[in-house]
Amino acid sequence: MMKPKHNDIAINGDSAVALAWKQINPDVCAAYPITPQTIIVEKFAEYVANGEVDTEFVCVESEHSALTLCTTSCSAGARTFTATASQGLAYMWEMLPITSSMRVPLIMAVANRTVSGPININNDHGDVMSARDTGWLSLFAENVQQAYDMSIIAPKIAENHDVQLPCLVNLDGFILTHAIERMTPIDTQTVKKFVGEFEPLYPLLDTDHPVSHNLMDGPLFYFPHKYQMVLAMEKAKKVAQDVFDEFAKISGRQYHLVEEYMCEDADCIAVVLGSSFGTMKEAVDQLRREGMKVGVAMPRVYRPWPVEDLAKLMKGKKAVIVMDRHLSVGSYGPMFPEVCAAALENKEVPEMYNYIYGLGGADTMVSDFMSVYKDVKDGRAKRVNYLGVSE
Amino acid sequence: MSTLSLKDLNKIPVRLASGHRLCAGCAEAIIARQILMGTEKDVVVTCSTGCFEVSTTIFPYTSWKVPYVHTAFGNGAATCAGVESAYESLKRQGKIDKDIRFVNFAGDGATYDIGLQALSGAMERGHKMLFVCLNNEAYMNTGIQRSSATGMGASTTTSWAGSVSYGKKEYAKDMTKIIAMHDVPYVAQAAPHAWRDMITKSQKAFECNGPSFINALSPCPRGWRFPSEKAMEISKLAVETCVWPLYEVENGTEYHLSPESQRIADGKVEKKPVTEWFAAQGRYKHLMNERWEPVVEKIQSELDDRWNYLLKLCQL
Amino acid sequence: MVNIANYKDMVVGDRVIRPGCSEEFNTGDWRSMLPVIDLDKCIDCLTCWIYCPDDCIVIEDDRVVGIKMSHCKGCGICANSCPKKAITMTFEQEESQ
Repeated sequence: MMKPKHNDIAINGDSAVALAWKQINPDVCAAYPITPQTIIVEKFAEYVANGEVDTEFVCVESEHSALTLCTTSCSAGARTFTATASQGLAYMWEMLPITSSMRVPLIMAVANRTVSGPININNDHGDVMSARDTGWLSLFAENVQQAYDMSIIAPKIAENHDVQLPCLVNLDGFILTHAIERMTPIDTQTVKKFVGEFEPLYPLLDTDHPVSHNLMDGPLFYFPHKYQMVLAMEKAKKVAQDVFDEFAKISGRQYHLVEEYMCEDADCIAVVLGSSFGTMKEAVDQLRREGMKVGVAMPRVYRPWPVEDLAKLMKGKKAVIVMDRHLSVGSYGPMFPEVCAAALENKEVPEMYNYIYGLGGADTMVSDFMSVYKDVKDGRAKRVNYLGVSE
Repeated sequence: MSTLSLKDLNKIPVRLASGHRLCAGCAEAIIARQILMGTEKDVVVTCSTGCFEVSTTIFPYTSWKVPYVHTAFGNGAATCAGVESAYESLKRQGKIDKDIRFVNFAGDGATYDIGLQALSGAMERGHKMLFVCLNNEAYMNTGIQRSSATGMGASTTTSWAGSVSYGKKEYAKDMTKIIAMHDVPYVAQAAPHAWRDMITKSQKAFECNGPSFINALSPCPRGWRFPSEKAMEISKLAVETCVWPLYEVENGTEYHLSPESQRIADGKVEKKPVTEWFAAQGRYKHLMNERWEPVVEKIQSELDDRWNYLLKLCQL
Repeated sequence: MVNIANYKDMVVGDRVIRPGCSEEFNTGDWRSMLPVIDLDKCIDCLTCWIYCPDDCIVIEDDRVVGIKMSHCKGCGICANSCPKKAITMTFEQEESQ
């Protein structure tokens, strides 16, 4: 029998996240199950049951309690992970800005699923976009490998003493969470060494140095506290790139604040998040064969918003298409205004188009993405377009 | 457990410093001081949003001389459970070797209503923490609105006594028994005038090696409308009228009356009529009007039923 | 100038790392009546101490020595609970010691 000359495994995105967690071995994990995140917690619960981790695993009675428990666990001085999706994120929403303003480096995987209503369990970015103003770092994965990699990278960015912000690790529901892909895991020793020991600031359990955490601010203090977070987000850009560079050394996979594919000489580029980045790379390849100079980019880091890198990417482009898998009803998709704002950093602003696509898991194929570029090229695109919706 | 003497209790380091902004005469601070005298071990305090949380932690001042954290309103129990879970994990891994206790303070809103879910969850999961309800029978911090802990007939800002209404129309929810039914090791009802009882209960709660719950009546001069100096008198009156019996429940089924209520059950001390309870507080004074006599009778009858039911439980 | 504090002076995360620093805030300014203890009548039972919401009964060597004027809010619970009626609430006429 032939032994494979590699350590690759076939695994779905949820299990890959759980595997990364196992290797890091967090102190505490409290989560409430919700489709399509359930496999993360189930798989991790299996590791707990078999003594493969030291984690205190708490089966909380709701997502609101999940995030609460994890936040104070982190404040207490324990490395803590959790995961959720959709309604779960909505239910814990009250706590999201609290966790970030408390400056605790909690890591939360989000199995991106649309937010009701109508109730729908499939993928779009409705859940993570509702968190976009809440002060959390936000990383996106294009495939299962990246879901695993980002789970290992996230604590290192979040726990950096210049950052101290919680971090979301996003993977598309069902498309990545449940679909099995080939992945190269890193050995556990290397993962542990990379992530290192948790060094909390002002842990509550240090009873020799009592800290009061999360007090009531009057108008004198709220704004300065928030400004401290602005500075931390700014620092996070460099910290993230440094961590990506360090990660490349142990994995051979180099990540960037914005990933770009065929953008350098492109006339028209698209900006997209998540698994559709992979699909659009296919579309770009096919269009290139047809002679169209197109490219596609993905902000790997969504928060902090990588203004400088995006501005550089858009310089000299004729057209930019922002693909949003969520919609602010009555306005644009969430990324569109932010990409436009980034474009203002350059002297000339390209033609800007917004495509709302894939809401509620609407299946968007390579050919659909190809039609987007063609519509823009042939002057058929409006400012805001709803891909696939019949006129 | 040592016999409690105030002189000994005075030697325990202060956990809640002066300078908090609770109203003059607020029983919440009296209760918290007594509860925290129930252990000499290191303690981490958590709070649900409410009068107590807001008044003890106005940035940049904190009244807490022990580690403290607050997150939001309905999640006090989960807030406490988070610190406790971290502790259990780090202790198990040998990263911590101190003996630490955990207590959450919450108002009745954060216990009976918005906080009920998280509380039930934490009790069910067995976290080694004490949950103390500072029960002033209304949402006081937001302006004296009714909660499910408010007594029938009380006038609150969302259940006014008016020309057609006599105030709150529902009986107070029996939260103590609800938590007792979670089969946790220790549950108790206490009141701050009975300091020896409160501190003994706190000691038992902190050492029961599981979840514990103390429901402490907290007379509120502002919301109940009585002069602040009478706070301890009102506390005593609640026990004497059996509006607030003092008792404890061990392991969900062993009910014991506490000495002051036991004396009433034994007939050694007179059980006062609920009209005395009403007469002492502005929030109930409209019930003295003969128009509401049937309501007062109804309330007395319900109180008697609950008292007798409690006595039966204690005899089991 | 917008009246907000300097973020550089603040620990991150809405934390206060000086335990009990509320003692620097003098709630004694609130009161309109103040307790006066007749030390001759006082039997050092410490009942006033256990009932004081603001920890303003000063005890030294197991004996009541006075009231912490910087923080006493004048609620009157001590006077009301003293078994020997050793404490009386009086109106403050001027700033006391």
